[in-house]
This record gives sequence, C-alpha cells and structure tokens, in this order.
Amino acid sequence: MATKVFMEALSPTMEEGKLVKWLKNEGDVVKSGEPIGEVETDKAIMELVARGDGVLRKRIINEGDAVPVGTLVGVIAAADENIDALLGGATKAADSPAVAAAPVSTTPAEPTAQAAAPESSTAPSGPTRSSPLARRLASEKGLDIGPLQGSGPNGRIIKRDVEGAATGGGAPSSKDAQQPSGPSSAASAQRAASGLSADFTDVPLTQIRKIIAKRLGESIGPIPTFYLTVELDLTRVMEMRAAMADMGAEYKVSVNDVLLKAIAVALSQHPEVNAHWNGDHIRYFNRVHLGMAVATDDGLIVPVIWDADKKRMSEISKEARELAKRARERKLKPEEFTGSTFSVSNLGMFGIDQFTAIINPPEAAIIAIGTGEEKLVVVNGAPVVRQRVRLTMSCDHRIIDGAVGAKFLQTLRRLVENPLMLAY
Amino acid sequence: MPIITYRDALGAAIREEMQRDDRVFLMGEEVAAYQGAYKVSKGFLQEFGEMRVVDTPITELGFAGVGVGAAMVGLRPVIEFMTWNFALLALDQVVNAAAKMLYMSGGQFKVPIVFRGPNGAALQLSAQHSQAWESWLAHIPGLKVIAPGTPYDAKGLLKAAIRDDNPVCFLEGEMLYNTKGEVPDEEYVIPIGKADLKREGDHCSIITHGKMVLVAMQAADQLAKEGIRIDVVDLRTIRPMDVEAITTSVNKTNRAVVLEEGWEVCGVGAQVVDYIQRECFDNLDAPVVRVHQADTPMPYTKSLEKAAKPDLPKTIAAVRKVMYLD
Repeated sequence: MATKVFMEALSPTMEEGKLVKWLKNEGDVVKSGEPIGEVETDKAIMELVARGDGVLRKRIINEGDAVPVGTLVGVIAAADENIDALLGGATKAADSPAVAAAPVSTTPAEPTAQAAAPESSTAPSGPTRSSPLARRLASEKGLDIGPLQGSGPNGRIIKRDVEGAATGGGAPSSKDAQQPSGPSSAASAQRAASGLSADFTDVPLTQIRKIIAKRLGESIGPIPTFYLTVELDLTRVMEMRAAMADMGAEYKVSVNDVLLKAIAVALSQHPEVNAHWNGDHIRYFNRVHLGMAVATDDGLIVPVIWDADKKRMSEISKEARELAKRARERKLKPEEFTGSTFSVSNLGMFGIDQFTAIINPPEAAIIAIGTGEEKLVVVNGAPVVRQRVRLTMSCDHRIIDGAVGAKFLQTLRRLVENPLMLAY
Repeated sequence: MPIITYRDALGAAIREEMQRDDRVFLMGEEVAAYQGAYKVSKGFLQEFGEMRVVDTPITELGFAGVGVGAAMVGLRPVIEFMTWNFALLALDQVVNAAAKMLYMSGGQFKVPIVFRGPNGAALQLSAQHSQAWESWLAHIPGLKVIAPGTPYDAKGLLKAAIRDDNPVCFLEGEMLYNTKGEVPDEEYVIPIGKADLKREGDHCSIITHGKMVLVAMQAADQLAKEGIRIDVVDLRTIRPMDVEAITTSVNKTNRAVVLEEGWEVCGVGAQVVDYIQRECFDNLDAPVVRVHQADTPMPYTKSLEKAAKPDLPKTIAAVRKVMYLD
C-alpha cells in the first residue's frame, strides 16, 4: 500500500513550505516516523517525517522548491509496487491536449461576449474563483492564478485563461526561450538569465519575510494604534545590578532582563492590558506569556517566555538568552514562538533612543525599549547625570484607552525605578 | 452487415442461447401463444414448445419467484416483464430472493436468472407506466443491471446476461424496439460491465445509457456543426459501472454532461458525478451538469410529457452550459 508524502503544515501559520533538503534518496528504505526531509516553514526549519513504511520511490519536488501545504511531494511504496497512477496527475499534465478552448474561438464571438458581460457585472468581490483544472495547470506552469482574469461564470478562471496567460505575456515558455531572436533582446535575455545587473539585486522572498509582511500589514492597517512614551530612571536598577554582580559573575543580569521582569509583573497587575483582540471579543489573560522580538539574519521572530511574571529574574535572564540564541539558529519549536499574550521589542543595543513598535496581533499592545544612557536631568532643582531609558508603548485603542495604558506605565515606572518592589 | 431491429436482436439472443443450452427457458405474460407482448418471442412456442416457452397468469411476484426457484435448482430462466413498471410487484423476489440468495446461502445457491422487459417512458402512458427503474435496481448489491441502447449491444449483452451465473436485470425500451442497427450474423458476446465509446471528441463528455444514447448521438451530431466535439460514453451496464471509461473520457475533455431517462434525485447520474468528482477533480474545468426527467410523476398531457422528458434541446443546452457558451 503506497503512502503519499505531502507538504505538511508544520507550524500553525504555515501555508507554504520550502524543501530545504531531502534526507533520503529515491530507493532508500524508510520507516514510519523517520525524517525524510527538512522543510523551511515560515518560522523555522522542521523535519518532514514518513507516514508509512516502505521505500522512498519518488521525490516529486526538488531541494529548494517551495510548494503549498497539501502538495504531493513524494511517494513511499513497496519496492515493486506500481506507483504510476499516483504520479499520473503530477507528471502527465504537460502533454494534455490544449484544444478544449478551441471551439470558443471558432464559434461566433457573440454568445461568449454575452456570457461574459452579465457575469462580470455581477461578479462578487470575494475570493478568486477558479476551476480545479485551472489551478492544477497554473501550479504546474508556476503561474500565480491570482492576477489572472477569469472568463468563466462569476469570473471563474478556467483552463483557457491559464493557457492564455502562459502563452501570452506571462511566464515565458521553454519554446519561446529557445527561439532565436535579435542580438539586443538576446543580450538582455542573457543578462536577465544570469542575474547580472548593476542597479539592483533581486532576492526572492523567504517564508519568514512573507509572513512578516502579511502579519504586520494586518497590524498597521486595521489596528487603531496610539503611542505612550515614558522616560524611566534606571539609577536604582544600575545600583541593584552592580550589587548583584558583586556577589559573583553568576548573578549578573542585564537591564533588559530587569525590564522584562518588571513588565511581566506590571502586566499581572493590569490584566486590561494583557489581552487579545479576537474580532468579536476581547480575551484577557490571567497568565503572562511575554513575547520578545529577536532579530535574526532572516528577520524578526518573537519567542515566548511563558509565565514570565512568576519566574525569577535569573530564570528570565537564562531563558531569554537561550531563546534568542536558538532563534538565531532557527531551531525554535512552534510552541516556543506562539502563545504570547504581550510583546516587547528592544533596539537599545543599536543605540536607538526611542521608537514605536508595531503591535503583534492580536495582542493589545507592545513595548519598545530604547537605549539606556546617561542624561542630564533636573532633580530637586539641580542638574544631575542619571541613567535613563525611554519606553514607548503602542496600544490597540480597540482594547486599551489612553488612561488605561498610562496607568499601566505608572505601575511599570514604580517597579523599574524601585526594583526592590520586584522582590515584594 | 445485416441491419435488424432492436426487437429482433433481443429475440435472436434468446433463441441462440435456448438452442445452445437446454436449461434456458422463457417465462412471462403473453410470451408463448401471443408470441410476445412486443413480439420479441415471435415463433418461440413453435420452435421450443410449451415446456420452454411458458405463459403465466398476471402474477409478477409469482412467476418471478418460480423463476428464482428454477434458477436455484439449475435451470437458467429468462423472465419477461411486460414492462418494468409491472415488475414493481415482483421486486421482493428480485431484491430479497434473487439478489441475496448466493450471499445468504453461504455460496450454496447460484441464481442464474435474467429479468427483462421495457423500461422508462414510451408515449402518453402516464405516470404509472412511464418510469425508469435503473437507479432502484442498481442500488442493490447482488444484482447486475444492463441498459443497452443499440441492437448490437442488446444482442451481445443479453447473451452475456443469460450466460451469467448471477441475477441480471435487463432494461430495454418500448421506443427502442423498432430502432435498427448493424448486427453481425456470426456469434458474439459483449462483456458485462464494459462501457462503449460511441463517439470520440475532446471538448465535452456525454455519459449516458439506454434509450438516451440515441439522444446523445443526435446532440453530438448537431454540436459538431458548431465545431464542438463530443465524447459519447455509453455505459451499457449500470452495475457494475465502468468507472475507468468515465474517468478516461472526462480526464480528456475536462467537462461532462450526464444524461439519463430517470429522475434526478439519487439517480444513476448522481453516482456517475460522484465518480467524476472523486477521480477527476483536478481535471475539471467546469461543474458537471445533469440532464434527466423533471422531478414529477410523468404527465399524461402531450405537451407536459414533452416538457418533463429529457430530450435533444435539453441535452444541447446542458453541453453549452458546461462549455460556458451560454
């Protein structure tokens, strides 16, 4: 009994996966549960495991190929089993006759035009409609079906539309590429093909970049955001850190660790800020799972410190360090970067004075931490130098009103400027 | 090749099988002295005598049951129903006895019997006598159901039905009896369960059976004038259905019309469409369209009867719809 190998949804938000590496060759014996490939999801590189015993008979996609979740990528079967039927749809499409659309053009144009006119005027602005055949052909030709104009009922994209796009201005067919052409176009084609260009570099979107665009686009668009900025005095935090470091190197904590702990404790006292916007309801959390934005070479990821308010500063410090390290190595498990109730972003290490972070939906707010630095401030009428840090909280006004956010920041200021309260 | 009627093709099939195997006999209302209600058994009484050509009273359940018993003890009866509308009365024997005997006797009793007669509507026979029963019969595990549309298929399949060791329901058509077609003199048998590609085309499939094969062929002729090439798949056997023939055609054309004489709900076409959606999903360029009788008892009034029946204009309209031409 053959087992089809599909691109699986390896993270909660994954819609497409890139096969980074096959771990098995065609002909290798595989056991159910054994990893057969590595897949780059929107967040991490995960293992694709066999769902049946047998021989990996066919690797349908190549390393580096990105395909939608649910796509057949391989076949596991007995060594002598006939798997042609399983592969039929995938491999035969190229020679399917391209004539079905022909009668439309040979018949008078009138009925076709009649068909198109009323349909398109009533076409709903919903999702793109397309026939299963059109979708299959488009995916085989590597065409994005979205921008195509459908000529079927309700604007449905059908076979002739895909074929029109493929032979028209869309993706060049291999036939076109082989045809001889004039010297200038040949030269430009060669330049394009080799990727040489002085003015720009084209880089395909990675999975993570696509998901960042999608998620943050969702955020800045529909979320009515306002910003609250505070400048906190770090004098006592610095004193506390110095005192702890004096006890021994193992007791060292960073300013960021202290701020994370303070934010988590403040959240536990202000559940009205520790919330999610769920469309038709707001969910307030009793637990505090703190997301911390981490920059990686590939882009942003937000690992989560679970129950941060209940963890000791040393635990937070250790966990934050480990999560950041594994995020940069792209080794995070899905449960380690999902489930945050509130997020924090820190660009202080880059010398950013203050900034506004984009809310990580559906969360109610995010705090952006700037750089901690010495500043001349006035205390009791006299200028003094103090260590200060600027925090900006971006708030979803659908959940948080200005005063609610301000009260939360008051609590936070009390904790940060009097860090002994964290031990209370 | 000789051209004969559907009626004579059926007669020839039964005669040849009765000559070939003396266990075969014909039984039903008016089959002997009257020479057959539709003259299928013309000359049979004279040729084979009253032991093998048996007139019965108007007792469908009774003679169907006699037939099942005869088959269980080794004979090979051909039971003629004057119409399948009357066979409703015999369905207990067909469904509960014939279809299940092999299974319930643990394989001890084969029931090699053929139930045959005209099926579906003729002209103005009204609601009770104008019904197409193939979906009812094909629903039953244990029955084979055949509905040929041409004299050639009628003869070859009836011979196969008589030779089959299982109960076979053989659905003919009053309006088909006088239709003519080529039938070779030499003997041939058509395997049960094999569809026939009656016409080849690559733009749209029409999948049909029985009397509607003729309508499909006319539709294909007419559409060809517009440059539309139709693949006409004649199922010939409803159960077991030739799924491969259906999927091969639809995978080629990407579009299908399913045409049948009976009603829409739970009809044969519903089963065909199910096979198509399961096996051809990624090759479909348009939803499949069905053509069938209107969902009403058959009207007696001529104009209403015409409106209720599936016909050539409805079939052509369905093809145009599937082709997105209208």
